[in-house]
Amino acid sequence: MKKFTFCDGLVAPLDRANVDTDAIIPKQFLKSIKRSGFGQNLFDEWRYLDHGEPGMDSTQRKPNPDFVLNLPRYRGAQILLARSNFGCGSSREHAPWALQDYGFEVVIAPSFADIFFNNCFKIGLLPIVLDEVKVDQLFRELEANDGYRLAVDLENQSVTTPGGESFFFDIDPFRKQCLLNGLDEIGLTLQHADKIKAFEDRHRATQPWLFA
Amino acid sequence: MQTLYDKLWRSHVVHEESPGDPDGMTLLYIDRHLVHEVTSPQAFEGLKLAGRRPWRRDSILAVADHNVPTTARGQGISDPVSRLQVETLDQNCDELGITEFRMNDLRQGIVHVIGPEQGATLPGMTVVCGDSHTSTHGAFACLAFGIGTSEVEHVLASQCLLTKKTKAMQVSVDGELGHGITAKDIALAVIGEIGTAGGTGYAIEFAGSAIRGLSMEGRMTLCNMAIEAGARAGMVAVDETTIEYLRGRPFAPKGELWDRATAYWRSLKSDEGARFDKVVRFDAAQIRPQVTWGTSPEMVTAVDGKVPDPAQVEDAVKRHDMERALKYMGLAPNTPISEIRPDKIFIGSCTNARIEDLRAAAEVVKDRHIAANIRLAMVVPGSGLVKKQAEQEGLDKIFRDAGFEWREPGCSMCLAMNDDRLEPGERCAATSNRNFEGRQGPGGRTHLVSPAMAAAAAVAGHFVDVRKKY
Repeated sequence: MKKFTFCDGLVAPLDRANVDTDAIIPKQFLKSIKRSGFGQNLFDEWRYLDHGEPGMDSTQRKPNPDFVLNLPRYRGAQILLARSNFGCGSSREHAPWALQDYGFEVVIAPSFADIFFNNCFKIGLLPIVLDEVKVDQLFRELEANDGYRLAVDLENQSVTTPGGESFFFDIDPFRKQCLLNGLDEIGLTLQHADKIKAFEDRHRATQPWLFA
Repeated sequence: MQTLYDKLWRSHVVHEESPGDPDGMTLLYIDRHLVHEVTSPQAFEGLKLAGRRPWRRDSILAVADHNVPTTARGQGISDPVSRLQVETLDQNCDELGITEFRMNDLRQGIVHVIGPEQGATLPGMTVVCGDSHTSTHGAFACLAFGIGTSEVEHVLASQCLLTKKTKAMQVSVDGELGHGITAKDIALAVIGEIGTAGGTGYAIEFAGSAIRGLSMEGRMTLCNMAIEAGARAGMVAVDETTIEYLRGRPFAPKGELWDRATAYWRSLKSDEGARFDKVVRFDAAQIRPQVTWGTSPEMVTAVDGKVPDPAQVEDAVKRHDMERALKYMGLAPNTPISEIRPDKIFIGSCTNARIEDLRAAAEVVKDRHIAANIRLAMVVPGSGLVKKQAEQEGLDKIFRDAGFEWREPGCSMCLAMNDDRLEPGERCAATSNRNFEGRQGPGGRTHLVSPAMAAAAAVAGHFVDVRKKY
């Protein structure tokens, strides 16, 4: 997994609630058997005026000039500022893959859908929950200032504005350690192989039909 | 005193990262791993690259459902990208010795239909799949939830998931459902009330006399939609309906094991007085046939209602979202729902493609015909076995005589990964679960309804109150 420690990045806004994973990465791109290359189709239906299909050369497509990520001031953004229930819908990990492949390292929102939130940690994309009032404030500051950046410090669990105002965010300590060190969760779990086997033996004894 | 969720959780804890902390990461043992072609290839690849093998092959059941065509199966899959994905699943299953129902196997179908149908989903299990609608299996008092591809690899490699316990919510529906009101209407009414994020951070247990009165098919529909309320898992306690459904299923225990299993299963209910973090109550008698009008399942109203007016909404973000949704849907505020005219009808999906759903729709269209404005009406059974059963009952003939197309099983136009899709601007009455922008095809407009409501809309050419007309 990709390590995450610190990000001082340009911020882009996505000012709508309930952004679903179908919008983040439309289903036709889920046919890929690879883990990479989804960034060019992030928000495909909003981002381009023509209909996208796998295998198309994105440089030959018509970008939607009104879509926020196509505005020059947000080019190269690494932090996405979003609204509540971001990432609702399907369990497709292709959604965080696409955000990360596009260049995002952090998504900030008042709330996330559970599966999406969980998937982000598995790949080293940091989802940060800040309360509605703070997110509103960030939207306003971002709107008013070209080149608006935020500094995200995972070790200290803080988001700092250009004005020097700092917001604390919560994160599970285990997830934090995994992100800071880029740990492979499967490797960690397999260190408990003896415990898993012992559990399995007990489970088989009490519910043998599960192992038939 | 424990909730059903507590019982399911505690009986699968292998290891706790911070013992005693209810909010800590837990290693949870997984009994059943369902696999489909879309979210598994990268997981199998990761497993191989790391030189690992599946921990427990017999826990896995695989099927291709998202990409498969619903016509002319004999000719294979014409789209080369889809074909490669399905072939990759076939190869991975072959190489690793995993049980898979291939495309032309009679038992093939939507993963959330075939698991229960085979008895591969059993009470007390933990069930995962790289698919958010895994919540469906909770109808059997399982802890069942969707996972991402990294987690698919994690479960393949270790039979475990690193996860956190959520809070528990009880959604209680008491009283008697009105004529023509189904589990789909309950699900949409609940989502309309608590919102698509209302269940975020919770596992929902559906309880109450109206839930007890539902068939297993109805309970599956309800738990299927738990994720649309934001809850990763939905569940219903075991009762005789559960046990009778499972009796004799191919993967269900037999003989002495069956007796032992059922004795255990009967304990899978929340204890009297168990504490839930949140309780929401509904009066079954008040639930009317539901129709979504927007681009999120919470944008829903009753069939005798009207499209709401964003001007009446104070919250700016919400108003903005409603305006955007109405523009996308091509609907004006205050339009009566009964004046909305679909172009296409889709009866299918892991929500509503089981035999009971097809019977309900067939009852409405029997001896009738689809209206002139309906360009396409299709029925996509949830599995080969559902299709066969329906054909034995003559339902295929009823649908065909009414002008419906009778298709092969798969996910089909619920998410339009195969060739079944809406054209831009087309409007569809669908029995599926998501009305997101572009879900059924770019620019497509989806109205979520029950099978009977979809059938009634097909016949009338516009939404009608199934309670009054049929």
